[in-house]
Amino acid sequence: MLSLEEWEVVRLSLKVSGVAVVATLPIAFALAWLLARGRFPGKLLLDGIVHLPLVLPPVVTGWLLLIAFGAQGPAGRFLADWFGIGFVFHWTGAALAAAVMALPLMVRAIRLSIEAVDRRLEGAARTLGATPLHAFLTVTLPLSLPGVLAGIVLGFARSIGEFGATITFASNIPGETRTLPIAIYTALQIPGAEAQVTRLALISVALSLGALLISEGLARRIRREGGGHVL
Amino acid sequence: MSFEIDIARTLGTKRLALRFQAGAGLTALWGPSGAGKTSTLNMIAGLLRPDIGRIAVGGQTLFESAKGIDLPPERRRAGYIFQDGRLFPHRRVRANLLYGQRLADVADRWMTLEEAVDFLGIAHLLDRWPATLSGGEAQRVAIGRALLSGPRFLLMDEPLSSLDAPRRAEIMTVIERIRDEIKLPILYVSHDRTEIDRLATTTIRLD
Repeated sequence: MLSLEEWEVVRLSLKVSGVAVVATLPIAFALAWLLARGRFPGKLLLDGIVHLPLVLPPVVTGWLLLIAFGAQGPAGRFLADWFGIGFVFHWTGAALAAAVMALPLMVRAIRLSIEAVDRRLEGAARTLGATPLHAFLTVTLPLSLPGVLAGIVLGFARSIGEFGATITFASNIPGETRTLPIAIYTALQIPGAEAQVTRLALISVALSLGALLISEGLARRIRREGGGHVL
Repeated sequence: MSFEIDIARTLGTKRLALRFQAGAGLTALWGPSGAGKTSTLNMIAGLLRPDIGRIAVGGQTLFESAKGIDLPPERRRAGYIFQDGRLFPHRRVRANLLYGQRLADVADRWMTLEEAVDFLGIAHLLDRWPATLSGGEAQRVAIGRALLSGPRFLLMDEPLSSLDAPRRAEIMTVIERIRDEIKLPILYVSHDRTEIDRLATTTIRLD
């Protein structure tokens, strides 16, 4: 069975990924909304920047985070001075790296489902007395829920698997930033730790598979209750 | 006057300019497709803004460019019945029907859910999802949803076009009853002469 240290790795991974996804969700939704519905100069550029972590080598993303959010970085200093949040060698750093890597996947999934909402339904809601906000909350948001759900699962899976940006930005500190992939990598460096690698790898598979199954189950429920709405 | 319309708007390369007044009953806007019939309804509902002009219904000004009046759709109290029903797919029939009623001021509601259900004969549909309804059933629910929102007038955009002949006759009877029993001013868009001959009190030709 798992050692105490391995449980710690699992617990940390879940905490880092959970916080990363929850904190990213509102930002991802706002960006997805802007990209799906907005018309403004620089939209293409914003689209590119959001998607950058998807195509950059993760090491580069980690290095850029180090420059921006490190102890001497402008964003890092601002957050430390005003909110007392530090990232370097801290689990929040792992969460930030995971969040940045998960963002493009979440934005993509949510954007697609916002674009799939029939805007004429919002018009119908307006003629029935709904303000723009009420129409958004009662029509657009529920109809884009499958995409939000897909975004959460994709983002969570991406966060659980995040390695390059995390180890570059937040390093490999047991109990702070040593998440599952980093723990597996570390164990691989030690001769004779094959059993530990196997255990941690199996947990990875179980977590990812679990996330997929939960999302599929929820999607089915939405489909059933939503009368024919699919992911 | 029920409808006082004097509007102009550029739509793509074309310019739509329309001016008419109509009294009580059902006013039909008749013309070939592409003549701007749906755009006209959208402008009266507040979903599309005319470049210039004035829209008044039942004496209340909904839009007047010269005075800077432009009520948002949710304050125009238009009951809009769309060509495709346009029911909310994520809500059951009952929740669709109640959507507008819950948003209307209590004083503005003039029909209860029971009355609407009775009037339209849709009691057996209340717990169904819109995706499971036939075209005629969906259109009845759409009419009920519009009536329950406490409208001052109805806008109907080819409400029969997606229905087969028996269903058309049914819905036409419903529309006649709204015209004669509820006496709600109706602006009705169609390209079908036979519908208009049967339903219209006044006909406006759009080219």
